[in-house]
Amino acid sequence: MRTPLGQVRGLGAARSGTDHFWLQRLTAVSNLVLSTVFVGVLVSLAGDSHASVVATLSNPIVAILMLLFVISVVVHMRIGMQVIIEDYVHAELPKLLLLMGNTFFAIVVGLSAVFALLKISFGV
Amino acid sequence: MVQLNLPKNSRIVGGKSWPKPAGAKTTTEFKVYRWNPEDGQNPRVDTFYVDREDCGPMVLDGLIYIKSKIDSTLTFRRSCREGICGSCAMNIDGTNTLACTKGMDDCASGGTVKIYPLPHMPVVKDLVPDLTQFYAQHASVEPWLKTDTRAPGDEWKQSRDDREKLDGLYECILCACCSTSCPSYWWNGDRYLGPAALLQAYRWLIDSRDEATGERLDDLEDPFKLYRCHTIMNCAKACPKGLNPAKAIAEIKGMMVARQF
Repeated sequence: MRTPLGQVRGLGAARSGTDHFWLQRLTAVSNLVLSTVFVGVLVSLAGDSHASVVATLSNPIVAILMLLFVISVVVHMRIGMQVIIEDYVHAELPKLLLLMGNTFFAIVVGLSAVFALLKISFGV
Repeated sequence: MVQLNLPKNSRIVGGKSWPKPAGAKTTTEFKVYRWNPEDGQNPRVDTFYVDREDCGPMVLDGLIYIKSKIDSTLTFRRSCREGICGSCAMNIDGTNTLACTKGMDDCASGGTVKIYPLPHMPVVKDLVPDLTQFYAQHASVEPWLKTDTRAPGDEWKQSRDDREKLDGLYECILCACCSTSCPSYWWNGDRYLGPAALLQAYRWLIDSRDEATGERLDDLEDPFKLYRCHTIMNCAKACPKGLNPAKAIAEIKGMMVARQF
């Protein structure tokens, strides 16, 4: 029985979304640069021995660039998937569970990659 | 989840094929979506033949011919027949447009004119969609001049440059072709305002005479109301007036970012 205008106004504006929008663009730009570096490193290491790969990834500049790549990609992936879930999943409970799962997945994947890189870099 | 298939009672079944008009030398085939809420039947697509020598060149002329001479129960909205009222917006030849400005000969489907109501809206009957929510979304952006300063005796002044900023915005006729062509509006039309309402919102945001820019932005800053636009650009492609709602939305997002830094 709610009026059409009441339905459209709904719960009002959340007064958010701009940070999300900006972060998506920011990480898109950083992904462009860092993905190029990542592919470059990958190509330069193709066919090299394990020791050579470890030595390259132990280089502080390479290691930091790879860490930045992982963080940038994982952040971009998480907020991108969030939008897809919000677009297509409308039932509240599944939506919230998927949004939680998305965040957990991004943290696990991101931290695992960071841990692996640090382990290689410090050689412990 | 988003609904990708039509419910069983909305699936289109075979329709009636009407005979060609007696004595017609040149005809154009029309395939038209039909649905009557009162007969309990599924929607169907009827086939009609329009006598081109007894009819104007536009799709709307063809529909009026069908209603006048073949089947008077065919239901559609129309008024100005010159692209200014927006009443006859429908999906013709796979694209949302105005029946009055679309030529029958411009339909690419092998000479057949295929007509459906605007997509993903509740249908009232045949080609008439229920636009209640669409109009409410327009109303929700409060599309009028808002000022706190005491009104001047004559008129609110505006420079020529500021007036020019309204070009490409004020021409919107609210036909709903853009919003109903937008996949994001299909999936989240209950929360996303859609390209038409957002273009109208920007028309007031950019108006130099308006004093409520900040409040307007506050009311739009929402992950769904505004940011469900993913720059798909169907709106700009569909607009029969040649406007670009996607650009207007991008400008609103730009204003949102600009006030952050």
